[in-house]
Amino acid sequence: MNLPLKDIIVLEFSQYLAGPCAGLRLADLGARVVKIEHPQKGESGRKLAIENLWVGDDSLLFHTINRNKESFAVDMNNEEDMGWLRKLIAKAQVITHNFRPGVMERRGLDYETIRQINPSIVYTQISGYGEKGPWRNKPGQDLLLQSLSGLTYASGSANDWPTPMGLGIGDYLCGNQSVQFIIAALIKAKKTGKGSLLQLTLMETLIDLQFEFFTTFFESGKLPQRAAYNNANSLLSAPYGIYPTSDGHIAIAMMPLGKLNQALQCEELNAYREEEAFSKRDEIKSVIAKHLLTDTNNNWLQKAQALDLWIMPVLNWREMKAAKGYQTLGMEQEIKLDNNGSFITTRCPIRINGKMLKSDKPAPSIGSSNKNIKDLLI
Amino acid sequence: MDALLDDILVLDFSQFLSGPSVSLRLADMGARVIKIERPGTGDICRLLYVSDVRIRGGESTIFHAINRNKESFSADVKDEASLSDIKKLIRKADVVLHNFRPGVMQRLGLDYERVKQINPSVVYGEISGYGQEGEWKHLAGQDLLLQSVSGITYLSGNAEDPPVPMGVAVADIIAGTHLTQGILAALFQRLQTGEGSLIQVSMLESLLDFQFEVLTCFFNDGNRLPQRSSLGSAHAYIAAPYGIYKTADGYMAIAMAPIPKLAALIQTDALNGYANPGDWFAKRDEIKTVLKEIFIQRTTAAWLSVLEPADIWCADVYDYNDLLASEGYQLLEMEQWVISHGLKIKTTRCPVRVDGVFLTSEKGAPALGEHNAAIAKEFGLNQVSSR
Repeated sequence: MNLPLKDIIVLEFSQYLAGPCAGLRLADLGARVVKIEHPQKGESGRKLAIENLWVGDDSLLFHTINRNKESFAVDMNNEEDMGWLRKLIAKAQVITHNFRPGVMERRGLDYETIRQINPSIVYTQISGYGEKGPWRNKPGQDLLLQSLSGLTYASGSANDWPTPMGLGIGDYLCGNQSVQFIIAALIKAKKTGKGSLLQLTLMETLIDLQFEFFTTFFESGKLPQRAAYNNANSLLSAPYGIYPTSDGHIAIAMMPLGKLNQALQCEELNAYREEEAFSKRDEIKSVIAKHLLTDTNNNWLQKAQALDLWIMPVLNWREMKAAKGYQTLGMEQEIKLDNNGSFITTRCPIRINGKMLKSDKPAPSIGSSNKNIKDLLI
Repeated sequence: MDALLDDILVLDFSQFLSGPSVSLRLADMGARVIKIERPGTGDICRLLYVSDVRIRGGESTIFHAINRNKESFSADVKDEASLSDIKKLIRKADVVLHNFRPGVMQRLGLDYERVKQINPSVVYGEISGYGQEGEWKHLAGQDLLLQSVSGITYLSGNAEDPPVPMGVAVADIIAGTHLTQGILAALFQRLQTGEGSLIQVSMLESLLDFQFEVLTCFFNDGNRLPQRSSLGSAHAYIAAPYGIYKTADGYMAIAMAPIPKLAALIQTDALNGYANPGDWFAKRDEIKTVLKEIFIQRTTAAWLSVLEPADIWCADVYDYNDLLASEGYQLLEMEQWVISHGLKIKTTRCPVRVDGVFLTSEKGAPALGEHNAAIAKEFGLNQVSSR
């Protein structure tokens, strides 16, 4: 299969997650993604590990985010290296970077300078908060952005502390949004020859993530209130949430209380009218919770299934991995390392014409493509 | 500025959030989006009133947020004359998308194979809950249920908490984001080949991708399950001090920081035994318990004035009132007004700037079938379709 972004060259000046996860998706869609790295230090993400897991000299985390890419090592203080870099930029279609405002300007790699070399370039910059204002020098770190964007009042229940989402959601989503706009800008460049400057910030991404909440807040003027009992979405009424059973947890999505009670057969729940499902949601959810403790996950799920109710078990990763529904997806792939080792990671989540997009190409070592790329540029 | 997507027509058969978030983004980029809706009820999201808040006139606030900048054509796909109208539209469309359960579009005669016969260059996008095959394929793609199956509920909240879902519909939004990527890639390829494509995502695969960093740990560490920190947890895999702390007047977030440096700044001896970076993860709950006792003693502003100048990564914890009052938020100009059948509604804009310009449009969400007559005239339809 010819991948859609075949023949596209992406130069990735980005570090850690936001920019590099965009590069990973573009690579899986067929682009040739070249990390531009310092000859000795390389990308900072190489030394950032979780669980102290390493693949050779680099972290497993780095390998997860940077598989299927190449590396071109450049000392930006060396004029000869910069000459090669400028030649490479002239051949590229896309640049991404997530340096703080001002850094690329000092190196002569800002959009205005680069479009002189390459007028159809799609130039993408990701920052934490944008280029002006009181936050412009604040570190664009995911947890800080979650905390300032109001997002920590979305998860957890009313009496809990502010509860961050336990993943780098600002980085991840911002990177993914940039992929959308990079490809749209490539479409425009193909049609018109004109390039684009794309600017994203983690802050705008996280506000966009909450767009339903903000629009509701603008209309009502009332802060969203998390449910006091097992909140799952502050905007939604009972029974929406996760409930313990006698041997596990089940999740119940939105549905009329009467319909739910066909499966539950809970006398006490009959006392509540549908119109009270929001105003009395904590009371109602507590009634449901007490009743669900009287039986097992399996029994509740069987009853729910017979009625086609929106109820599912709450699984941890081990349980998920054991489920046929997970295995059918074929979501895992093996990455082959240069030293004959390998590791397992996930594949691209998009299917094209029924086919999964897989690649076993590992993350590059620093400068691994310097020779190839210079040969190409001569 | 010319739009990124000129002359792209999107027919959107989808409902709720996952699919409609795709066409919203395509509309922001300049595409023309026509929602194909069932007469009478339309997109069920129109009636999904949340938190007892409704736009004046009775419609759901979230429907308006998701469907601004679109047109609505109501048609009963089970009626033959209407179906022929829809097929005429499909002939002109660049993108068709839906989020029905597997099999539904086949029954309607509008699956990719048949749509491709009418329009070989169409890009056909679909979102399912759990994929096109397997034991879960027939199940509805509902956000909380997908979060629950994906293991993601064990990543947020504290160690003693039950599974904690993310309180925003992340499965819908991320699956929509991935489908948009795929659709755009296919439109790009079509410029060279003239051929269309089928692009498929599922909410489950999208949530697995969202967890790709930590799932990769799990796959390669002997399948150890994530352990959330016991207080102020913010990431199961990151060492102390990472997390949220209560202060004398609110809360504060602290990201990664060396413990000895932090201890010196807050002038405590209680962390003297934690100089070894390896302990910052292994003993993170001990460390965080010490920090908890200290941070509660002074205000957030007082702590930030000590920590920020020393380059410790920290921040206040805002609710929407705090955020809207802040200069940083106001400078972003993230709000926009849209007009929907005479009503002015405030919502957020597309988060990306192109050539230094915001992508905004004051076109609000359409009334059900609002554009039937105009579309019928423009495309030469039977116009038997009714609201």
